[in-house]
Amino acid sequence: MSKKKHKAAHAEEPELTRRALFRTGVGIVGACYVGPIAYPVYRYLATPAKQSAALAAIKEVSIPQEQMPALGTALRFAFGTRPAILIHMEDGSFVCFDAVCTHLGCTVEFQPEEKRIHCACHGGTYDMATGKNVAGPPPKPLNQYKVEVANGQITVTRA
Amino acid sequence: MGKSPSLARKEPQPGLYGWLDERLGLDELLDFARAKEVPHHGQSFWYYWGGISLFLFLVQLVTGILLLVYYRPGAEAYESVRQITYDIEFGWLIRSAHSWSANLMVLAVFVHMFSVFFMKAYRKPREFGWWSGLALLGLTMVFGFSGYLLPFDELSYFATKVGLEIPQTIPGLGPVIVTLLQGGEQVSAVTIQRFFALHVVVLPLAFLALLGFHLWLVQKHGNAVPPSEELKPEEKRRSIPFFPNFFAKDMAMWLITMNVLAILASLYPWGLGAPADPIAPAPEGIHPEWYFMSQFQILKVFGRWFPGMTGEVLGILFFTAGIVLWSLIPFYDKDNTNARRARHASWFGLAALTGLILLTIWGYAEI
Ligand code: FES
Repeated sequence: MSKKKHKAAHAEEPELTRRALFRTGVGIVGACYVGPIAYPVYRYLATPAKQSAALAAIKEVSIPQEQMPALGTALRFAFGTRPAILIHMEDGSFVCFDAVCTHLGCTVEFQPEEKRIHCACHGGTYDMATGKNVAGPPPKPLNQYKVEVANGQITVTRA
Repeated sequence: MGKSPSLARKEPQPGLYGWLDERLGLDELLDFARAKEVPHHGQSFWYYWGGISLFLFLVQLVTGILLLVYYRPGAEAYESVRQITYDIEFGWLIRSAHSWSANLMVLAVFVHMFSVFFMKAYRKPREFGWWSGLALLGLTMVFGFSGYLLPFDELSYFATKVGLEIPQTIPGLGPVIVTLLQGGEQVSAVTIQRFFALHVVVLPLAFLALLGFHLWLVQKHGNAVPPSEELKPEEKRRSIPFFPNFFAKDMAMWLITMNVLAILASLYPWGLGAPADPIAPAPEGIHPEWYFMSQFQILKVFGRWFPGMTGEVLGILFFTAGIVLWSLIPFYDKDNTNARRARHASWFGLAALTGLILLTIWGYAEI
């Protein structure tokens, strides 16, 4: 709505005042309708986003014994809505990383023969023990999770 | 915004409006709408029902697209409607608005049709307006029928079975048509999938094309005046400009309709029954939607009078004949020169209207 123009118009032509008033009225009534219609529609469309936000907010994931990766291999699993990677190191310890490349968000892969974590998109490489970015475009190390082993059950938590 | 609708104006106006006007010719459109006249008389009220139908159709489009965001046809149909109704925020409201506006639309289209009939707006040169309008009513009802199945709850399952009785009675072709519509011997997930394709693609395309034709004819021939107005001398007849006067009233009607819809949809949310179970017995008092009730009742009554298939065939012949006569009315009551035929047509209309209402009431009384 161009309010300035209305003011200018009824300054020169008083008969337009009523029209300006009418338009403002229509505008106000219209605004009263837009809200109650737009709000439910927004909430309706936003429901899955809200659900996935709730899922993304989880703090820990338990991995049952049967899924525990063998020595020198890795397990891919979902931490909330994101892919994660759990590596069983040769020395028997575990490390776990968020499997999302810090460059442009591709999912990275553990390569046991090369002993590294690799991103196929632009050839980024990370250290398998620390998640440090060692080659290629990634600007930052991979996000690391905390791993606890108790009674053969592995619990991964946000660090 | 223009102070006078002078056609000679060349000076471009300042601001956004001027910028758009120079490129899109908005002023020409406004001048045209201002010059267009709509008759104004005691029965003008009935002119708004076409617009109300149009508004409800637009609501159908918008709410339908919103439902499409979560609805999954086929085997998961019921579960997805359950999610829309109970899990998705305000899903119940969107679904309720879709169902309520569908019913209101059928009602508005019926009111529009009968008002057109009694105003004799089907007469020359408006025959195609009449026919395209009837086709739009037909499509509206198929919309309603196909949409009713989509939630796939108990009621929609059996209502579809019962409704398919009507095409089933078409001599010879009936069973083939029904098998094709169902995609098999039974109403099943396959049926939902094809009703869905019909409901969201085929029907909207056909409807929009026909609606365009219908509106173009309305624009071309203008509003018809009822016979009582036609009798008045030219100088006694009154009219108002389409823009802004008629348009403003039209919009007021839309607003009222929207309020009615909002009240109905929020205070009487559309329910969802138990999931359809093909081996469960039909619930007591199963019946089609109200706008199919009269046809359903005719079939029932004729079946009672003439046992066996004869009754059904006679029933379908009876209302097919009715529909054919109804659509041929512009050939009988052609113009305002034959008072006897005009009277007959009015009586026919009155009989049809009373018949429909009585059959519907009768149908409900018997459930
Ligand atoms: S996204 Fe992984 S290297 Fe570019």
